[in-house]
Amino acid sequence: MTDKLLFDRIDEPGLATREVYERRGGYASLRKALTEMTPEQVLAELEASNLRGRGGAGFQMGKKVSFLPHGPVEHYLVCNADESEPGTFKDRELMQKTPHMLIEGIVIASYAARASRSFIYIRGEYVQQADVLDAALAEAREAGFVGEDILGSGHSLSLVVHRGAGAYICGEETGLLDSLEGKRGNPRLKPPFPANQGLYQGPTLINNVETLCTVPAILRMGGAEYARIGTEQSTGTKLVSVSGHVQRPGNYEIELGIPSREIIYGLAGGPLEGRKVKCWFPGGSSAPVLTGDDLDVPYDFESMAKAGSMLGSGAIIVVDDSTPILDVALKTAKFYRHESCGKCTPCREGTNWTVKMLERIDRGEATPMDLEIMASVQEHIIGNCLCVLGDAMAMPIGSMIAKFRDEFEEHIEMRRMQGLGPTADAGPALATA
Amino acid sequence: MSAADTTAARGWDVPADLNKDPATIPDPATTPVPADLRREIEAHMALYPDTRSAALPALAAAQRVHGWCSPEAIDQVACVMRVTPAELDAVATFYDMLYTEPVAKGARSIYVCTNISCSLRGADELYATMRDAAGDDAAINVRSFECLGACDIAPMASVDGVYVGPLTPEDVPQLIEDARAGREVLPDKQLARRACADPDVGDSSSSTPGGREAGA
Repeated sequence: MTDKLLFDRIDEPGLATREVYERRGGYASLRKALTEMTPEQVLAELEASNLRGRGGAGFQMGKKVSFLPHGPVEHYLVCNADESEPGTFKDRELMQKTPHMLIEGIVIASYAARASRSFIYIRGEYVQQADVLDAALAEAREAGFVGEDILGSGHSLSLVVHRGAGAYICGEETGLLDSLEGKRGNPRLKPPFPANQGLYQGPTLINNVETLCTVPAILRMGGAEYARIGTEQSTGTKLVSVSGHVQRPGNYEIELGIPSREIIYGLAGGPLEGRKVKCWFPGGSSAPVLTGDDLDVPYDFESMAKAGSMLGSGAIIVVDDSTPILDVALKTAKFYRHESCGKCTPCREGTNWTVKMLERIDRGEATPMDLEIMASVQEHIIGNCLCVLGDAMAMPIGSMIAKFRDEFEEHIEMRRMQGLGPTADAGPALATA
Repeated sequence: MSAADTTAARGWDVPADLNKDPATIPDPATTPVPADLRREIEAHMALYPDTRSAALPALAAAQRVHGWCSPEAIDQVACVMRVTPAELDAVATFYDMLYTEPVAKGARSIYVCTNISCSLRGADELYATMRDAAGDDAAINVRSFECLGACDIAPMASVDGVYVGPLTPEDVPQLIEDARAGREVLPDKQLARRACADPDVGDSSSSTPGGREAGA
């Protein structure tokens, strides 16, 4: 097992204070980067590490930084701490327990990106975590790690903790930017990408909390050394949030590329007593579901893509055989209906009609043909909207219809029978959602 | 929401005060703003290159004063920020944590997560129990919420930002009582006191992961 890079002694008392963090070697990477290295050298280390974004899309961080235009235009850095993908709670633990690691990562990344203003957009529900960040930020400012001319390097950076107000779509990078500008969190048309035209129309680097928290470790051990952990295309360690029907839900730091079974059974203890894994979301509720047959797929970006799903935010939700697939589909679809910003028709209408059709099944009014219609609705959402919120419903729902078609059909038939009246055979009892 | 609250919610059926133009920036001379609220909003505005970025924190501040984003609250924020009430209305209606229907001033907000991971572990029953227990008490504002990012303690709830879980319906009376009394809610079940689930984090403590006390 690789050493923990992010979770190393995470429960040490007082780690949220600068004193303990620095005593453990914190802020050494920041000193090294700002006083001994040029921004180009820092960027070279990030590129060598091949670190892929931990928020969901998995884009190489170094490449993202290199896309920022050169020249004197003011650059922005935004940390995406809106963590709201269902099943994901890793950033929460990082911010709560080791906020200085995030601040250190932000300062180093801002140096490489030549950004002079930075923001942490944290979801409004994370009140305690935002308070922890504010306190840590005050300490970092006092110590001269954030502010004017940091450690005499000539690099200046302002940092603001900005609290959101409860909207899933603000985790989408352009929706986040609009929200940070004080508007409704509607996603923007891409291109232009934020690297060219982002916050206040300026070049902007946006990265997830976990990505930025990894930066100090990369500087400490060197990008090439970091790249030796994990697989060729999925380097490093990853925090995985495991939840749902498992014995030990929680966050685990793993080396990318280990078998998924090791996470679900080894670390999280497997399904509850006497139950089997029916299906699981490997990367948040937006990822197409996998079944109990896919447990040996290595947990990394490329293997998950090959298995027809995605690593996403690294959130594994396990559903056992006690839950009807319809309940899972309905919960998923209702979530996306609620969170659709309403800007693009396929997403706004598609999520709404999917919910209505799933409810029709549960009321005993559906026929198997409805499954065809529902599947075609999903196909018509994918790729037809400004952002991927609609796709994020269409992919898991589409995969559920494809993989559990028999169960859907049985459910339709059973509900239809039940609908015939009190004399009809009621069939097996359903867990009601 | 309480029947005693007489402020009508705005919406399709009950329009806002039609004598007021929502596209006009409120006149400071005729729009009194509490001094503390004004100071707080101005402090937020000072943090950003574009003052409009302060909209969310400003509305949240006004909501703390008024209980919800009432027409009066929106007018006050619009007056300080020098934007139209319509612009702020558009913002407030977008976000789940900004209430556009009446909530009593000083009410405790309890969000019960009813998303996938929590509902797999009984959140729907928990939410129903919570609603019943709160009854029509205007001082308790119970809402079902989408994933709150704490599936490790599912099913869970957030009481004014304090996460507690895993909860059973049996915990609900105590939780509501604590909330009503303004006490700390279920201290033993607070997330902030929980240790990391990962068994290999090299912590000094060696007791059961997940359940042991974390260092503050």
